[in-house]
Amino acid sequence: MTESSLTRIPELLRQQQQALLTDWLDRQMSSSTLRPDLIREQDLREQSRRFLSLLAEAVAHGLGDHIQGDGYRAVSEFLGELSRSRANQGFSPTETATFVFSFKETLFNHLRDAWQNDGEGLADDIWRASTLIDRLGLHTVEVYQKGREAIIQRQQQEMMELSTPVVELWGGIVALPLIGTLDSARTQVVMENLLERIVESNASIAIIDITGVPTVDTLVAQHLLKTVAAARLMGAECIISGIRPQIAQTIVHLGVDLNEVLTKATLASAFQIALKRLGGAILTPDSQRN
Amino acid sequence: MERIPILRLRDCLLVTIQVDMHDQLALTLQDDLTELIVRHQARGVLIDISALEIVDSFIGRMLSNIAAMARILDAVTVVVGMRPAVAITLVELGLEMPGVRTALNVDAGMRLIERALEEERQAGHGRSKG
Repeated sequence: MTESSLTRIPELLRQQQQALLTDWLDRQMSSSTLRPDLIREQDLREQSRRFLSLLAEAVAHGLGDHIQGDGYRAVSEFLGELSRSRANQGFSPTETATFVFSFKETLFNHLRDAWQNDGEGLADDIWRASTLIDRLGLHTVEVYQKGREAIIQRQQQEMMELSTPVVELWGGIVALPLIGTLDSARTQVVMENLLERIVESNASIAIIDITGVPTVDTLVAQHLLKTVAAARLMGAECIISGIRPQIAQTIVHLGVDLNEVLTKATLASAFQIALKRLGGAILTPDSQRN
Repeated sequence: MERIPILRLRDCLLVTIQVDMHDQLALTLQDDLTELIVRHQARGVLIDISALEIVDSFIGRMLSNIAAMARILDAVTVVVGMRPAVAITLVELGLEMPGVRTALNVDAGMRLIERALEEERQAGHGRSKG
């Protein structure tokens, strides 16, 4: 590409905006990726019009090598907004990016008319236009993806918080029913939650119920032992309950040493022993009769 | 020189760590405490670390050592009020302080000491009080 050849893109965008828009909209309407179920024609028209006018303003400042420059801020912000809203509306990334890419054909056709028989100038300008639109399109995809990632992250966070509730069973006894696989990140949250609640509720006994933990491997056992040790350091005793038969077998086969920790098969028996430690007991009609 | 005060409450010693420990302070505390346990024939030692926010491996080891020394001098030692963050740090550092009694707060700690001394008295192998 020779630097000498002047570009006609800014001029074209400024002078023939209306013609470009009509042409482009025709193309978008007849395109197979049009989603009339997700977006109204009127909105699409408005979005296309705004994109064109912002793009015309941007290229008037020069066809930069990157779209992060000041001139392109408005257009890239607009595309970001568009991408986010389309992601929420349920467009696929391809459909979202096609909005920008579909402009290529229109622009190229108009460029061909503008340059007439000057092949070299046309080739240069097509290259420039292509690069520019590619960048804008990729920007759309990037924002789309970031939006998705943010959603995933938020959901992960929510799941993390949801899955580690610490409940107070009795004055001085808290229980932590664990559900799902324990990994390092979750254990950290679980451990912190439990310890905070021990302080808040002044609990001297904490029951960790692992009925909902599908598998216990050495790492999970290690995490559990750490939590128990930390609670002990703070002055609370931990009881691990809800150990299913298969898990008991696995723990022994793995050679994990749980001797230091009080373990119970069910939450009920753990609760009973906890009450006993605090000097209480549950009286049923049966036990009173005896 | 900066020192951590050690209070005597009947036959117990009360250590309340109100400042962030640095190495020299911990060493001084170790000296003072062992000295006082022997001088007063203290039967119980209560170390309150509820104000302690930062521990490193050295301070963690010092705490563990102080508790172990007090135990060797036949004083029931209870560490009380450890913050969650400190507990997590100590566990991660592998300093789980085996054998050291712990309690949530000073009140629970004092009860623990009383109960332990009571048990010792009943078992009859406690040191005869002079």
